[in-house]
Amino acid sequence: MTVRRIKPWVFVACLVPLGWLLWRGATGALTANPIEDITHRTGDWALRFLLLTLAITPLRRVLGWSSLASYRRMLGLFAFFYAALHLSTYLVLDFFFAFDLIFDDIVERRYVTAGFTGFVLMLPLALTSNTSMIRRLGGARWRRLHRLVYPAAVAGVVHYLWLVKIDITPPLVYAAVLTLLLGVRLWFRYAARPAASAGARATLPT
Amino acid sequence: MLIKHAPDIRSSEITPERVYRNRRQFIQAASGAVAGAVTGGTVLGHYSGTAQAQEVLQDVRKSPLSTDDEPNSYEDITTYNNFYEFGTDKGDPARYAHEMTIDPWSVRVEGAMNKPAANVAIEDLLRPHTLEERIYRLRCVEAWSMVVPWVGFPLADVIKRFEPTSKAKYVRFETLHRPEEMRGQRGRSLQWPYVEGLRMDEAMHPLTILAVGVYGKTLLNQQGAPLRLVVPWKYGFKSIKSIVKMAFVEEQPLNSWNVSIPSEYGFYSNVNPDVSHPRWSQASERRIGSFFRIRTQPFNGYADQVAGLYDGMDLAEYY
Repeated sequence: MTVRRIKPWVFVACLVPLGWLLWRGATGALTANPIEDITHRTGDWALRFLLLTLAITPLRRVLGWSSLASYRRMLGLFAFFYAALHLSTYLVLDFFFAFDLIFDDIVERRYVTAGFTGFVLMLPLALTSNTSMIRRLGGARWRRLHRLVYPAAVAGVVHYLWLVKIDITPPLVYAAVLTLLLGVRLWFRYAARPAASAGARATLPT
Repeated sequence: MLIKHAPDIRSSEITPERVYRNRRQFIQAASGAVAGAVTGGTVLGHYSGTAQAQEVLQDVRKSPLSTDDEPNSYEDITTYNNFYEFGTDKGDPARYAHEMTIDPWSVRVEGAMNKPAANVAIEDLLRPHTLEERIYRLRCVEAWSMVVPWVGFPLADVIKRFEPTSKAKYVRFETLHRPEEMRGQRGRSLQWPYVEGLRMDEAMHPLTILAVGVYGKTLLNQQGAPLRLVVPWKYGFKSIKSIVKMAFVEEQPLNSWNVSIPSEYGFYSNVNPDVSHPRWSQASERRIGSFFRIRTQPFNGYADQVAGLYDGMDLAEYY
């Protein structure tokens, strides 16, 4: 099957978590504290899509499926989409624009600082994701800018790690996957390639 | 009340513990399901697979210490719980707490007291006390709150029966530790058993109660059945559940959350909007069931009654 045939289905699949959330909301299944539940679930999916996006390039290399690259932008935008839902839930549903409380929260709670930082880092990536922006920025500059996805993902995982109270196993799973995905890139860059071509291709974001 | 006369020969003397526990479990589940069917109880109906035996509590008096705030629904109160002995998700206690056996139950009372140390059967512990309904605000350290119509009696009345001596400066409490029935105790989280403590004047305060029920019925396991502490001016984790031990001690006892993360959880843990927790601002809270956050009150709105206990103390230092 071709990318063109599969892509719409991937798009629909990426909307399933949102649909599931809406369905649970409609059936009153979002626990006694629905706002907390929505916050957690949208946050989970933002992080999952971020890691999926970062998995594309290593998978493409390892499996040799070059067509995978055409899903990267969509997955990245879905990561941003769920992160935006996550942040809006916090700003609107949780705090309802109580900016004094929100400001204190962002400044004083280090996990909120980390999460907010992650979102701010993703914002320029989402805004420059379309083809005309790539052209306007030029490939090299665009790629340099989009390396912000790495600190954004780190901020997201740290955000999760810092917010759990006692059992850090779930965020450690995300941290392990992220470490793997970033480690693979380092390996590709420094170990897996002859020195000559490494220099030539080092500017490619992966 | 919960008074049941023990038979001359206890089943525990005849049948291996493991076996009768399972059998009781089965009977509890079955009777709970029947009770649900008979009363058409929507609540029990929700958990047909995990139904627990419940009794309606008789002769419950109203109390002037109750708040006028609207109580949360029974469903909210029994499905959204922090009871890490059954897992860290708030739905875990409702899912898994039925695995805990609460009958028979006894409480070990010991320490600096004139009466001899004893294992007191729950029936004997409850017998002299008149049940009261106490509708209290409950404020969790995670910045959410509920209003719960507890049924219980003043802890002070229980303490007096054991005649603590002048050496009894604190009361130390302990929760059941039974990993085979409490799956959260098998995983990585707090250190078990869960322990908590109160200063003697806090323990003797008229607002401090031991609860055995909610909404006129005995507690479900996820709420800390059969006996739990309720201290409404402190964060919820102080109100220890499923108590098996009470000790009168001279030194300030450890409390579990303080042991795990001392920088975040103190011994006193009085609700205080001005002392922030590193993870949650304590300035506001979400009342479960309401959309808008409300501002958190000092001592959870009980300052008039309890602030005097802490005169001269720096509450930022003794958080």
